[in-house]
Amino acid sequence: MSELVKKVQEHYGEYVISTKEFRGEHTVVIKNQALKAVMQYCRDHLNLEMLLDICSVDHEDVDPRFEMVYELSTLDDSKHLRIKVPISEDEEVATISDIWATADWHEREVYDMMGIKFTDHPNLKRILMWEGYPYHPLRKEFPLAGKPTDMPDVAFTGVAPMEGGPFVTSSSACDTVSAEPRAKGES
Amino acid sequence: MISKSSSPVISPNVGPQIPTGDSGDVDLTDYVYDSKVEGNIIFTRVDAAINWMRKNSLWPMPMGLACCAIELMATASSRFDISRFGAEVMRFSPRQADVMIVSGTVTYKMALAVKRVWDQMPEPKWCIAMGACASSGGMYRSYATLQGIDRLIPVDVYISGCPPRPEALIDGLMKLQDKIGSEKSLMGLKADPEEKAVKGLEISR
Ligand code: SF4
Repeated sequence: MSELVKKVQEHYGEYVISTKEFRGEHTVVIKNQALKAVMQYCRDHLNLEMLLDICSVDHEDVDPRFEMVYELSTLDDSKHLRIKVPISEDEEVATISDIWATADWHEREVYDMMGIKFTDHPNLKRILMWEGYPYHPLRKEFPLAGKPTDMPDVAFTGVAPMEGGPFVTSSSACDTVSAEPRAKGES
Repeated sequence: MISKSSSPVISPNVGPQIPTGDSGDVDLTDYVYDSKVEGNIIFTRVDAAINWMRKNSLWPMPMGLACCAIELMATASSRFDISRFGAEVMRFSPRQADVMIVSGTVTYKMALAVKRVWDQMPEPKWCIAMGACASSGGMYRSYATLQGIDRLIPVDVYISGCPPRPEALIDGLMKLQDKIGSEKSLMGLKADPEEKAVKGLEISR
């Protein structure tokens, strides 16, 4: 077990759900309420000064449905730590944009694409789609082709035709053959 | 503006020709062509003259939205040199543009902005859809991409490719010039501007 994981576990043991090592990458899964404290601790005491990325994962029919993924590293890039937080659909996540300013836009993107809300975020607006777009398009139930919407004078969307391509992977297929990208003729 | 048809062309080298004969009462020198004063005269049709002027001085409105715009820039640069075709004046001012070159992926977020710029361009105006994305949405069959700019504005020339080579854009421009050359411009000038059917510019979304 890496030094970093050990220290997180020492200090926040009751909030750690599980830890995992995969090919030298260390992951700590923690509970939502401890997120901010752990992040602050990582930055101030573990030298993980850089927030590389924030992602979110939609596990569709698993409960809790979503998962936040934070990638931390030291400034010299010698150590990495991944922190995951399972989030259920009605839960909010504490913003960490006051710890790392770069989290601001990452969290806006997560909100825009996945619909996860961040408490105390200074400017929680959509960042890729426009204000007023009614869907969160990276959720699994949202069709790739899109849904028709209309906001007069702002933007409109339609449904993209899917015949003869493009080539779409299946998210829920159990083996690679059926998950392979091919024309699905959907829409 | 040279009409190759049978229209009479008076050559300035031919000096004053005074018809012989004794018509007497009319002073024919009033009607004689004076090469020293009048210079060259060429007869042509108004349509041909207007179209000739329009097609050889197209001012493009560069609507560069994605990777295709790089090829658009290359077309304007010295290696390909779109100014050989009189279309080098790319300014980001729709009010002084004739042809909008939509080069790139048109997202729904951008779509109405493109339409707005198009609406600001004065008539007569033309549109070139450059590349797969602008023509049909290309490989982006997704919730975010408009499936071809022709869903919003009328397109005159489509250019295939992802991205098209600068030569393809120049070829498209030449196709557009041919098209402009065959337009009935005089009829357009006379027509009521509200009468969209005459210009074939009915825009629907
Ligand atoms: S057609 Fe190809 S090169 Fe052009 S904008 Fe689309 S993806 Fe880019």
